[in-house]
Amino acid sequence: MSDSYSLLEARGIGKTFLGITALDGVDFSLNRGEIHALLGENGAGKSTLIKILTGVYSRDRGTMQLDGSDVTPANVAEAQALGIGTVYQEVNLLENLTVAENLFLGRQPHRFGLIDRREMRRRSKALLARYGLDIDVDALLSSYSVAVRQIVAIARAVDLSGKVLVLDEPTASLDSHEVEMLFSVLRRLREEGLGIIIITHFLNQVYAIADRVTVLRNGRLVGTRKLSELPQLELISMMLGRELQHITREHQAQDETVAATAEAPIRFANYGKRGSVAPFDLDIRPGEVVGIAGLLGSGRTETAFLLFGIDRADSGTATIDGQPVSLTSPEAAIVNGFGFCPEERKTDGIIGDFSVADNIALALQARQGWSKPISSREKHALAESFIKSLDIRPPDANRPIKFLSGGNQQKAILARWLATEPRLLILDEPTRGIDIGAHAEILKMIERLCSEGMSLVVISSELEELTAVAHRVIVLSDRRHVAELSGDALTADNIMQAIATSARTEAA
Amino acid sequence: MIHTRNLPFVTTLGIFVIAYALCILQFPNMLSTRVIGNLLTDNAFLGIAAVGMTFVILSGGIDLSIGSVIAFTSVFVAVLVGSLGVHPLAAFAAVLVISTLFGSLMGAMIRYLGIPPFVVTLAGMFLARGAAYLISTESVPISHEVIDTIQGFYFRFPGGGRLTALAMLMLLVFVVGAFVAGRTRFGANVYAIGGSEQSAELMGVPVGPTTIGIYALSGFLSGLSGIAYTLYTSSGYSLATVGVELDAIAAVVIGGTLLTGGVGLVAGTFVGILIQGLIQTYIVFDGTLSSWWTKIVIGILLFIFIVLQRGIIWYSNRRLAEGRLREV
Repeated sequence: MSDSYSLLEARGIGKTFLGITALDGVDFSLNRGEIHALLGENGAGKSTLIKILTGVYSRDRGTMQLDGSDVTPANVAEAQALGIGTVYQEVNLLENLTVAENLFLGRQPHRFGLIDRREMRRRSKALLARYGLDIDVDALLSSYSVAVRQIVAIARAVDLSGKVLVLDEPTASLDSHEVEMLFSVLRRLREEGLGIIIITHFLNQVYAIADRVTVLRNGRLVGTRKLSELPQLELISMMLGRELQHITREHQAQDETVAATAEAPIRFANYGKRGSVAPFDLDIRPGEVVGIAGLLGSGRTETAFLLFGIDRADSGTATIDGQPVSLTSPEAAIVNGFGFCPEERKTDGIIGDFSVADNIALALQARQGWSKPISSREKHALAESFIKSLDIRPPDANRPIKFLSGGNQQKAILARWLATEPRLLILDEPTRGIDIGAHAEILKMIERLCSEGMSLVVISSELEELTAVAHRVIVLSDRRHVAELSGDALTADNIMQAIATSARTEAA
Repeated sequence: MIHTRNLPFVTTLGIFVIAYALCILQFPNMLSTRVIGNLLTDNAFLGIAAVGMTFVILSGGIDLSIGSVIAFTSVFVAVLVGSLGVHPLAAFAAVLVISTLFGSLMGAMIRYLGIPPFVVTLAGMFLARGAAYLISTESVPISHEVIDTIQGFYFRFPGGGRLTALAMLMLLVFVVGAFVAGRTRFGANVYAIGGSEQSAELMGVPVGPTTIGIYALSGFLSGLSGIAYTLYTSSGYSLATVGVELDAIAAVVIGGTLLTGGVGLVAGTFVGILIQGLIQTYIVFDGTLSSWWTKIVIGILLFIFIVLQRGIIWYSNRRLAEGRLREV
């Protein structure tokens, strides 16, 4: 790549949504004939950066140059005209149209003022032939596999723009054979001089295909490095944060008391679901905080879904106090004394238009059964007590919960589960997207809860947070439980080591 | 092999052919150009409006204002021509401009204010109906030599049937509509928006102008339908054509267009209109059935078609999933 020079150069990109900084002074550069991976956990700012580069969002600060001249694409069409094409992960092409219609939407060949279908078919065939695809272009897109759709989308984007190709999680739903097919297409495009940005969370794929990597974390640039000179462990530490200093753990003494309790009342044995999480064993003792660590897509959230009965396990058994139980639905899990605060607070957690009091009372109501309604007086008493004990602000039980800040919403959801007095509470990313003050309070609350004898499962991508609150940490990689760390071995470095080791053995 | 995409249309066509054959078995007289000619003329105004509705539903929207706009148009034209002595062609032009602007305004509100089409066009429905009452609550008769000429114009079929000017207008609208939907960029954009507005936007489809265009087209065709209705009844009446939008929706859905948008054919709507007309004709021939049976049969057909559409979606999803499994 001696003749490569900067094709796309973004400097100091900043973006704020409703006062929340999504991107803060990020630099990014892409060369001609380069595949550049963009990495980061959820909420790191990857999608925001991509959307700014491709004209979906406008930037608040910073400059952007394409081929040496300043550009500011105002929408997707303008970015396409400039030469920047995008293939999104979910919203992609139109399944109700044929392959040919998808390829030529908005630029159909004309004859006598009408669309020339024969010409469109011919050109589509020719275009796809360059990608090694020989398919019926008059068939509906929905009749083809995700891999074929992905290549059709790439063909359209490259044909349309031709300088920069952005791929958002292109391999998320492909099997290994399909991934290889996609990668050979990408390698060919790289040889043709295209600059390709790829977002993915599969590290071995990053090493297989990309030349350089840029890592974002919490809206900031961590660094841009050549992959040939970057050991995997270092990459992981870039992603998960390197300020992994020795946080003094206050519950060291408690560890022993927990360990002393011989028999765990809540046990999952050989528990798993095909295509979701490989079978694992998990014992949870009273007053214990079990942390779950792993990169995005490693099966963290899937594990929580299994434990809470959102996904049905297809192997293994769950026992509580020696009695086998079947957790086939969240309702069954709630009856057994489980609680779950999901990762997507806005969509899966709160009911925005309901008042704080109604949101808090939801799980208790579900546990009591709908035939025994909670009176509005009880509901308010309940809400008032939690508003006081958790310091929810503003202290107004009647306010629709959507008007509360993220941290206070999270507290209200915690209150919802605490009201049911659960014996096991599962928290998926309990501190994401909330300010630092609330962050500390929630961590403190976790400590207090487990000292009162409640068991917790905490999923987090913040390793410092996990090592600070958890007694044991289970490390996940590629949807398997690969390691369990406790006591002195429980450090952020060891967690990263465990992730890196398992990723290496897979690649080998 | 028939593409699953066209399966609803083929089904509709099959149902129509079978139903017509059964009718003929019972009443051999129903196989005549006279019956066909009358069927086309009687349903001309509904057919014209249903073409507009087809575009709206293909884009994933709905237009509830159609019946009211037809009533408004007919009263407006009748008063202009009958009471004020305006030339009919000038009145037609004026009313088409008004209804088109009305439609584009609704389209703009849907797009730029982000209000659901159901709500916007419901407001439009009340507005147009109210405006019609404001002009006149009486039935206003209309007569003019130009109108008489149009009404008297027809081609004679062998067998005594007449292809009237109204029927020809409807057929023309269907042919042009089918070309616009299937062979123009605007048509392709309509299907794209119906498939997924978000994806269409990311693929560079001008969603705003297209949405406005769709409702403007529906407004224009409602106006044209109102003119056809005026010619058909030789009068304008503000209480007329209540609920015609629902008949139009029924014709579109029976014609195989997915109510969620993105899939369907203008030709299907034509068959949908024919089926509705056929049921009415059968009831006339039978003589003992109440005309409300039309509604009952349409209701049953709608149920069948909605279930059929669900079934097709379920089937193609399952087939796709099976295909995936086999690959793995």
